[in-house]
Amino acid sequence: MNIYQENVMDHYKNPRNFGKMKKPDVVSKDANMLCGDEIEIQVKIKNGKIDDIRFSGPGCAISRASGSMLSELVKGKKISDIKKIKDDDLIGMMGIELTPIRRKCALLSLRVLKNGLEKA
Amino acid sequence: MFDAKKIREDFPILKRKVNGKTLVYFDNAATTQKPVQVINAIRDYYENHNANIHRGVHQLSQEASQMYEDAHHVVGKLIGAKWDETIFTRNTTEGLNLVMYAWAMRKLKKGDEIISTVMEHHSNMVTWQFLKEMGIKLKFVGINDDGTLKMEDYDKLVTRSTKLITVVHASNVVGTINDVRKIGKIAHDNKALFVVDGAQSVPHMPVNVKKMDADFLAFSAHKMLGPTGMGALYGKRSLLQSMDPFMYGGDMIKQVTLEKSTWNDLPWKFEAGTPNICGGVAFAEAVKYLERLKMKNVRKHEEEITKYAMERMSEVDGLKIFGPGDYRNRGGVLSFNLGEIHPHDLATILDEFGVAVRSGQHCAAPLIHLLKAHATTRASFYVYNTKEEVDYFIDVLNKARKVFG
Repeated sequence: MNIYQENVMDHYKNPRNFGKMKKPDVVSKDANMLCGDEIEIQVKIKNGKIDDIRFSGPGCAISRASGSMLSELVKGKKISDIKKIKDDDLIGMMGIELTPIRRKCALLSLRVLKNGLEKA
Repeated sequence: MFDAKKIREDFPILKRKVNGKTLVYFDNAATTQKPVQVINAIRDYYENHNANIHRGVHQLSQEASQMYEDAHHVVGKLIGAKWDETIFTRNTTEGLNLVMYAWAMRKLKKGDEIISTVMEHHSNMVTWQFLKEMGIKLKFVGINDDGTLKMEDYDKLVTRSTKLITVVHASNVVGTINDVRKIGKIAHDNKALFVVDGAQSVPHMPVNVKKMDADFLAFSAHKMLGPTGMGALYGKRSLLQSMDPFMYGGDMIKQVTLEKSTWNDLPWKFEAGTPNICGGVAFAEAVKYLERLKMKNVRKHEEEITKYAMERMSEVDGLKIFGPGDYRNRGGVLSFNLGEIHPHDLATILDEFGVAVRSGQHCAAPLIHLLKAHATTRASFYVYNTKEEVDYFIDVLNKARKVFG
């Protein structure tokens, strides 16, 4: 199955919430060093909810599209609920089948976000 | 006559389909495919000769011992070495680690210096970093924009404390073939040892340890039609004799009492424990296959394919190849980026069309960062690759450009 489906390519070419914000409450960053994918996520928190989110960094279509979809998913959600998001929830949302190696690309954003929220 | 189409018939895997398409295998710098002659040698060894070596007086043990010893002769001869200067290892990495543990760690002292290059595979970089704990300094020769070494750096870096100079003969990322004769002379003029990583050169061109005056040369069987888990390290006899073993145990000792032991003759002194006997036999079969083709013809074929691929790739919009512009100064390894497409995406699209390439940092993270890339896609060629495969590869690159355009 082609993993470059329309919705994935749309999020890759026009990533939502991509870039950086002023004065974030939380900054979290990590990389899949061997691929050269890096993601930085910035979050503003209000009343235990994510008020705003930005992500940035070089990455492949899969890592960028997942970052984009994740940012839409979590905006406005309670931090306690976000911590419950499972790997397969995000991959299911992308609607594509991924090999084990490409799963790492897709899951980088979720790992970075959860690590950041641990510190929040 | 070198005929890649005829050679292909010896490789069963090249007939298989990947994602419904005929396999185009362009990941030869990672590992090569195996000809039926090597596969049969493995089968023949286990079906007809299997026994442990150097122990039994029975027929099978004698046959296995002879085959394993003969393999050292065959592999040694390929690089102009004597059989007992040819130590069998698991791979290039183990060969380099042997030099680090059994020579550098024992013979070097605080304040001594090692010179490597920024072009190295992690195996010839991380290995030496380990000696920093002993107060040994590690220095790196830089690269120019075209992926060649800054040879003038040697003048600046070499001091009286320089005890070892190591370099990759052919780069697994930028393809550069380094002037090992010149670097070897710099090393020996300064009474330093010269250690060469031959993982990407021995499989692809004539290599002679005497001509480059290497003290050590490490390479891997699996990158030259042989099995994985098998490699060789050449070492000058006088050096090997002056060294203590790398590992201790069976097969590397001559006499043993409860108090002490004396070491076995070369090369067994460095091959402790039951070795990969079948791997050695199969390695020799791979070398025989290459010698029938002749290494100078292997090199010529790869030059032709590389030249053709570089010409065709230059026609693709937004494609940038890293490394020397002249195919004569490089091995059959082409690292490139296509516009803003991430190498993982490009490699995935190529895979959908049956083309196997490598993407990522190629175990050379410092070099990738110096190239100002996050990662690259790498196509690498071998004896069975053809210009028709290159044409197909170019077609798929153009398709990828449209998907991501």
